[in-house]
Amino acid sequence: MKIVIDNPGMFTTVQDLGRPGHGIDGVSRSGAADPLALRIANRLLGNNENTPALEMTLLGGTFTFPQGATIALTGGRLPALPMYRPFEILPGQTIRTGTLETGARSYLAVRGGIPAKLVAGSASTHVLSGLGGRPLRKGDVLPIGPSASAPKTNPVPNSLTTYNTTLRVTAGPQSSSFPANTFYHAEYLVSPDSNRMGLRLDGPAILSPNPGQMVTEGVPLGAIQIPPHGQPILLFVDQQTTGGYPKIANVITADIPSIGQLRPGDRVRFQLVSNAEAQRLLRRQQSLIETL
Amino acid sequence: MKRMFRYASDQSLFLDLAPDATDLHALFHIPGVVNIHPAYASILLVFDPLRTSHDEVQRAAAAIQPPQSKAPRPLHQIPIHYDGPDLDSLARLHNLSPGRVIELHAAANYTVAFLGFVPGFAYLHGLPAALATPRLPSPRKVVPAGSLGIAGDQTGIYPIATPGGWQLIGHTTIELFNPHNVPMSLLQPGDRVKFIPA
Repeated sequence: MKIVIDNPGMFTTVQDLGRPGHGIDGVSRSGAADPLALRIANRLLGNNENTPALEMTLLGGTFTFPQGATIALTGGRLPALPMYRPFEILPGQTIRTGTLETGARSYLAVRGGIPAKLVAGSASTHVLSGLGGRPLRKGDVLPIGPSASAPKTNPVPNSLTTYNTTLRVTAGPQSSSFPANTFYHAEYLVSPDSNRMGLRLDGPAILSPNPGQMVTEGVPLGAIQIPPHGQPILLFVDQQTTGGYPKIANVITADIPSIGQLRPGDRVRFQLVSNAEAQRLLRRQQSLIETL
Repeated sequence: MKRMFRYASDQSLFLDLAPDATDLHALFHIPGVVNIHPAYASILLVFDPLRTSHDEVQRAAAAIQPPQSKAPRPLHQIPIHYDGPDLDSLARLHNLSPGRVIELHAAANYTVAFLGFVPGFAYLHGLPAALATPRLPSPRKVVPAGSLGIAGDQTGIYPIATPGGWQLIGHTTIELFNPHNVPMSLLQPGDRVKFIPA
């Protein structure tokens, strides 16, 4: 069984949950920009959560399934297609996903998964380094793996299919270098110059009253760096692993999927929460996922 | 030994120690730790918050001792063609001849501080003070793989083609990064490096 890429859309890559464990080599985790949507798609199909699927960006593609398949679509809403439930594609059928109606990324997962070649344990595509391959092109053919598990019809809880534009954050390691007022009261626009490596945010500048030199250190996923010009940079899944800009805040793990659904021009705000609250929100999200 | 920890995010914390003052392998194998990012004076420990917590990781990390006997780290001799586009301007800036820049750069003994920025990029300690040079005012859109550069008091080789602002003084043709190797990077934290004019 296979998928024929008639048209990849704007930017479509194969992603799983990434390749953690290589920070020491300067390699970022990569993986799905919206790991929640990928995990749900795989669970609905009876796949392991980490099974590789297609991540489409803003403009989806056209795909033909010569022998048919069972697929699930999750993440940003696609016009005229069922979302968040498994459905059958007949042999020879073509689906056109069209332009995303909401969010920035949609996932097309297939029952049995896409057995792409693993690099350091992951099929994820890291575009800058070429780890895990390249974005899909017209004419590419991807295999579909075997599956012994049945798809599921459990309804997906609403809170797992809606995304926040107010991102919850914990205080960053250099938060005391900055006045908190501007950052937490302002609205920022997601710049067109944003991608899987990071999102540039345009809005009121965050200026440090005493900008000192900082020694380069590791940067966590979701770190919000403040370069000297004061416009925040949110580090994302294909991030650099170290950096020398101070970090005012860090998006909580439960809200990482919402970053993956931000599109250029979206307005975002930040809300400070405690570490205990961040852990509680993550555990609640996890218990909802486990209902699927 | 006193150890310093700093909160980084809801799934990570900093251990404020230079990588050579602890055991990176042991840190990476703390239960629930999924990734480590060493840098000059700190190590970011990333963990799965559904499996462990800041307190537990901190407790385990505090119990880790640096390796008792220090085996000498590998010495990598890296052939360099000192023909970079910024060699002449960098030499002029320091009132040196390009030949003297090459002599100074190749005479020094370097140590890998850590890898970061992009896959396989090793930040090296040991650049002679006479060669310390600021980054380019505006970064190049593409620096070819293998380019040897200087930025401030650091020197290093771009393992893959990326945008970059380091002043380029040469290049090597040896492979520094291959995701199919274990480890992926030829240069590992603590390794020693010598540049050999080719």
